[in-house]
Amino acid sequence: MATRHSQGLARLAVAPSVIILFLWMIVPLVMTIYFSFLRYNLLNPDIGGWAGFSNYYYFITDDSFPGAVLNTLLLVASVIAVSVIGGLGLALLMDQPFWGRGFVRLLVISPFFIMPTVSALVWKNLLMNPIYGLFAYLQELVGLTPLDWFAKVPLLSVAIIASWQWLPFAALIILTALQSLDEEQKDASAMDGARFFSYFRYIMLPHLARPITVVILIETIFLLNIFAEIYVTSVGGLAGNLTYLVYFQGLLNFDIGEASAGGLIAVVLANLVSIFLVRVIGRNLEI
Amino acid sequence: MTLVAWTIGILMFWPILWTFLTSFKTEQDAVLMSQLFSTGWTFENFGIVQERSDYLRFAMNSVIIAFGSTLLCLLFAIPAAWSMAFSPSKRTKDTLLWMLSTKMMPPVGALLPIYLIFKEYRLIDQHIPVLIIMFMLNLPLVVWMLFTYFKEIPVDILEAARMDGAGIWQELSRVLAPMALPGIASTFLLNVILAWNEAFWTLKLTDVHAAPLTVFIASYSSPEGLFWAKLSAASTMAIAPILILGWFSQTQLVRGLTFGAVK
Amino acid sequence: MSRIELNAVRKNFGTLSVINGVDLDIYDGGFTVFVGPSGCGKSTLLRLIAGLEDLTSGHILIDGRDVTELGPAQRELAMVFQSYALYPHMSVRNNIGFPLKMAKQSEAVIDAKVRKAAETLNLKDFLDRRPGQLSGGQRQRVAIGRAIVREPKAFLFDEPLSNLDAALRVQMRLEIMQLHKSLGATMVYVTHDQVEAMTMADRIVVLNQGRVEQVGSPLELYDRPKTLFVAGFIGSPKMNFISGALASKHGAATIGIRPEHVQIGDASGAIHATIRIAEHLGSDTFIHVDSADLGAMTVRATGNIEAAPGTALSLTLDPARIHRFDASGQAIF
Repeated sequence: MATRHSQGLARLAVAPSVIILFLWMIVPLVMTIYFSFLRYNLLNPDIGGWAGFSNYYYFITDDSFPGAVLNTLLLVASVIAVSVIGGLGLALLMDQPFWGRGFVRLLVISPFFIMPTVSALVWKNLLMNPIYGLFAYLQELVGLTPLDWFAKVPLLSVAIIASWQWLPFAALIILTALQSLDEEQKDASAMDGARFFSYFRYIMLPHLARPITVVILIETIFLLNIFAEIYVTSVGGLAGNLTYLVYFQGLLNFDIGEASAGGLIAVVLANLVSIFLVRVIGRNLEI
Repeated sequence: MTLVAWTIGILMFWPILWTFLTSFKTEQDAVLMSQLFSTGWTFENFGIVQERSDYLRFAMNSVIIAFGSTLLCLLFAIPAAWSMAFSPSKRTKDTLLWMLSTKMMPPVGALLPIYLIFKEYRLIDQHIPVLIIMFMLNLPLVVWMLFTYFKEIPVDILEAARMDGAGIWQELSRVLAPMALPGIASTFLLNVILAWNEAFWTLKLTDVHAAPLTVFIASYSSPEGLFWAKLSAASTMAIAPILILGWFSQTQLVRGLTFGAVK
Repeated sequence: MSRIELNAVRKNFGTLSVINGVDLDIYDGGFTVFVGPSGCGKSTLLRLIAGLEDLTSGHILIDGRDVTELGPAQRELAMVFQSYALYPHMSVRNNIGFPLKMAKQSEAVIDAKVRKAAETLNLKDFLDRRPGQLSGGQRQRVAIGRAIVREPKAFLFDEPLSNLDAALRVQMRLEIMQLHKSLGATMVYVTHDQVEAMTMADRIVVLNQGRVEQVGSPLELYDRPKTLFVAGFIGSPKMNFISGALASKHGAATIGIRPEHVQIGDASGAIHATIRIAEHLGSDTFIHVDSADLGAMTVRATGNIEAAPGTALSLTLDPARIHRFDASGQAIF
């Protein structure tokens, strides 16, 4: 497949996608960079001109900024910790033969298919409502005072919702990786006298290192940008992350300049992670 | 073991099951935890939801945006993936990884310009512009998924077709497409699911006319009296179709979401 | 039924030179085999003829017409791939009929030709099956069927038998040879297996590192190898090579003698040796010996011969069968 004719055709076939993605990436980015140096507020159309780095300065020195960064990082870290550890446990469990395994697998993976706005509202109202919620009911049942989740521990509440959505993802990927583990390796290690723990420690974990890395990186990307859960549960003021802060500055305060500066900070943060992800995936990519 | 697994499975699924059950309750029963199974089963919530917020229109918009953008993705991605899988050049690997990295861009990096452009040219709440955003958002993923599927097809077979006198179109339509059909189908399915559930751009760029179900549900975010049964009914209607599609696609999901790094 | 000429054909992959200037004339109706070790460029050469790769420089002519710039479809050649490359989603009937369909032949013509090919290849009962439901040998026949229906100018085979088990390989070898006889078509066949090359070919082209080492009939290559490489590659077990004093005595840097041209005698002979190990094939015995004068040697004796390891014996080299090579590896005739 390597004639000049076919090569030419191949380049032609890939071109539209490349061009579209290039535009999609570069045009908004350049505009965002441009805006971030402008005095640009939709509420004050009279004020204009160059802003230098003041947008960045204002965004970073905004009272909400340290909180937003902290929330972002806490959210990412806690959800990843829960989903990787929980996912590993779930995957080990579902790798065992038991009655109805296929069906339980369906049950476990289901939360991943629920649209974020639905899961946020269902959790907020049906489960976490301090008066009528299921959790309040259970707490009362054992004699505890019901917790007003979204008022008292807004970040934890969002983290729980996000964990519920991402745990299945981690479990499914780790399970798939587990099932691709060579049966003969298991037999060989048993012949070599490995008990379950050493099998887990020396064979399983190294085999799972890559899928777990991929899970961590992909979840990081998505969780950095988590938005709908914060938006529809109206906890943006209490537990807003960077994404929410940018949205708040731009689309609620209409300060396009400052929001753009914030957006670029988020881009830089995400790129730090995606460099690693792209490397891990690139290393295993055979052309 | 069986018991533990089933317990965990049911716990994970509980919020969904709970929502589903609540959607058939009366509002009075819905807030009573003791009423796990309602005394008065009713379908009226679904009717109220349809009347109150016109579920069908939102559902139609979801279908249009999810399926439309996915079809558009396939139209562009099939030739691209074919090219990269079967006639790779020195730059192919970099191109693929670069495409991946565009998927990593946080949406807030593009939110403001896109929002302003949409506002300026009155594109907000229009089907086609949202569909196109969704298309660009998911194109890298579709190219990647198709690429990993195409890689599994021996290049010999396409060369044989070439020797047999097949032109490029016949090679794609008569040999590659039928062979890759299972892969194309699961790519399609996964992408529909992702587009269906996308809730950043749709919340920002649509309102009523072209808004999909993500927005429809968001309109239930401010409580109004006893509304849980209605919220549940609305949620059930929003997630049921895609949950079922998801169950069908779960075996292929892993490959798609890990860019082929885990199979 | 065509003649294929290669003029100064070169192929580079990036900076790597795979084919270094090959001139070759493939006769009309002949069965030409490209043989060589893996990486010698034999498959690339076939793909260049097929039009699946571009030439870096040089020309390819089919029946005197320059096809260098033509795509694979326009060269009117047919190829049988190592993996068979059958279309898994089509029935056997549609697989065989595919090239005709691409040539926009009528349904009736396609049907008749497919039926005829299926008859020739004993595939009549399998026409409605998918390739996945066929055995290796049957798949091979479908691939051949797909090639013959087009009535191509020449057939190209790229290691077509290497995925078959030993017994089937012998049988398919015969079938392909029979096909060659009945069609009288030009066939170019690539293999790394010198036994296949020797048994099937009218003419063998031995390739090494992108160069033609020697072109000739199987027996020419066997009897008069032009280079050390060809001498070592053709024949099984391999030719014994001896350098040093004995070679100098024959006026060569290296001399070679085939295992079947070494006689063994009792320990009283001129060249002493000890048996290391013996392989008993029934019809033949391959005796691997160590000799103080000549080093390790292989001897082929007809029939089953008692040969216990450690037994001392003597070797006699048939003087008429000694091949002489100079220091650059070229044969001295």
